[in-house]
Amino acid sequence: MLRSSPLHMIVHLLPVLTASIALATGAYALAGDLAPERTRELVHLVRQDCGSCHGMTLKGGLGKPLLPENLADRDAETLAEIILDGIPETPMPPWRGQLTETEALWIARKLKEGFPHETP
Amino acid sequence: MKRRDLLGAAALLPFGTALLPAPAIARKGECPGTGDLGLIIERATGSVLIVNTSHQEILGRIEGLGDLSHASVVFSRDEKYAYVFGRDGGLSRIDMQGRLMDRRIIQGGNSIGGAISDDGQLIAVSNYKPGGVKVFDSATLQTIAEIPATWEGGQSKTVGLVDAPGRRFIFSLYDAGEIWMADFSDGDSPDIVKIGKAGRLPYDGLIARNGRIYIAGLFGEDGMALVDLWQDPLKVRRILDGYGRGEKKLPIYKMPHLEGWTEADGMFFFPAVGHHEVLVMDGRTWELVGRIPVHGQPVFVMARPDGRYIWVNFAHPDNDTVQVIDTMTRKVVKTFKPGRAVLHMEFTPRGEQVWLSVRDANRIDIYDTHSMERVKSLPAKSPSGIFFTARAHRIGL
Repeated sequence: MLRSSPLHMIVHLLPVLTASIALATGAYALAGDLAPERTRELVHLVRQDCGSCHGMTLKGGLGKPLLPENLADRDAETLAEIILDGIPETPMPPWRGQLTETEALWIARKLKEGFPHETP
Repeated sequence: MKRRDLLGAAALLPFGTALLPAPAIARKGECPGTGDLGLIIERATGSVLIVNTSHQEILGRIEGLGDLSHASVVFSRDEKYAYVFGRDGGLSRIDMQGRLMDRRIIQGGNSIGGAISDDGQLIAVSNYKPGGVKVFDSATLQTIAEIPATWEGGQSKTVGLVDAPGRRFIFSLYDAGEIWMADFSDGDSPDIVKIGKAGRLPYDGLIARNGRIYIAGLFGEDGMALVDLWQDPLKVRRILDGYGRGEKKLPIYKMPHLEGWTEADGMFFFPAVGHHEVLVMDGRTWELVGRIPVHGQPVFVMARPDGRYIWVNFAHPDNDTVQVIDTMTRKVVKTFKPGRAVLHMEFTPRGEQVWLSVRDANRIDIYDTHSMERVKSLPAKSPSGIFFTARAHRIGL
């Protein structure tokens, strides 16, 4: 579970904007609940905007590569927390406020499986 | 010549020739001079467009350039060739007149940008993987030198690679936090000069004042690193230390770029890091003299070639907006929203127009920079970088 992990607890102690997030995300939903239109937007976001640093093919750039073999030793929940909270002292920003926890988890799982390509 | 004689002479010419004024530039459909050409990156499809900036038209598309999710371009001094540096380590040479890719090599695993030497003979590429700089013969794309950016942590990613006068290249080491120079003035075996410590995580660099000043921006701390190339020995000087000290930094969803800085009205304008501001630095004292509030995290802060106005685009999620700053008043005078994901801007050589790439709209928008009105749009697939051949004659581009 997201809430019980140590990293998540630590992050709550950091001076990040957590108050608004709880309001914004609301109740947890299963990743499968995302509307197809939203998943298309998420694929676009990951390929295009995460791609600014990680490369559009996710082979890495200024940021680390995000291919399944690079992520094998981390579970999806951990990756979702990194997406939501960023990594302090590095250029990895927190995406909380722009992504819900459900969405971050969906992205994390898809990254581990092999991230889908954009369909025109 | 009397009027009658003039008419008589005209009658001897082939029909029509004397009736039309001599065109100042190649007509639409004719082969343009290279000074009218430009290249636009289509980042999702690994293709580029060749465009004509006087007629504002697309002349052709070239495919097969690999991963262009981050790409940059330099031009040969005769403007015949464009060298495209792709994300996947590809170095492709485009014949701008032939509208074809005439050479392509994969020179590294992952690269960020490149530069061309002042004599046009050397192409340098800065690589993330393997971390370092590689230098190629511009005519053959054969390797001339490999410069691993070795430090205690291994091989550093390199960023902010620019050319400096005298067959020299300057670049920064992202992981190592250093500034180095590769000096090819004695031939093809470079002197590698480790100029000094820049600070934590330099993310980009630029050369200003016609090749005299190299400045690296820092992601990991406030301040910047400056090298005056007219000094001997070369050394790094820290400037703007702690300009944002104690202020909370906002998240950055796309790294700012330092290309396109200018000294306008004696001042440098450049993006703040983690603040929604354009910073103004005095070019004599290197002190911060102004902070201009803007719409989001600036990515490109580019002065019109005459320096009168500064155009700014922004990082996600504010990248649907462009703002224009008046250099004299240092205020935003125009805000508009061309569409989602305005990724780059390029001025025509004298700056009467600016081309914007609007990625998610699959469109290039062309604006009159005086009226600030859109004059035309062109279709393009996920366009990002726009590069006009006038860059061939500018130090550091």
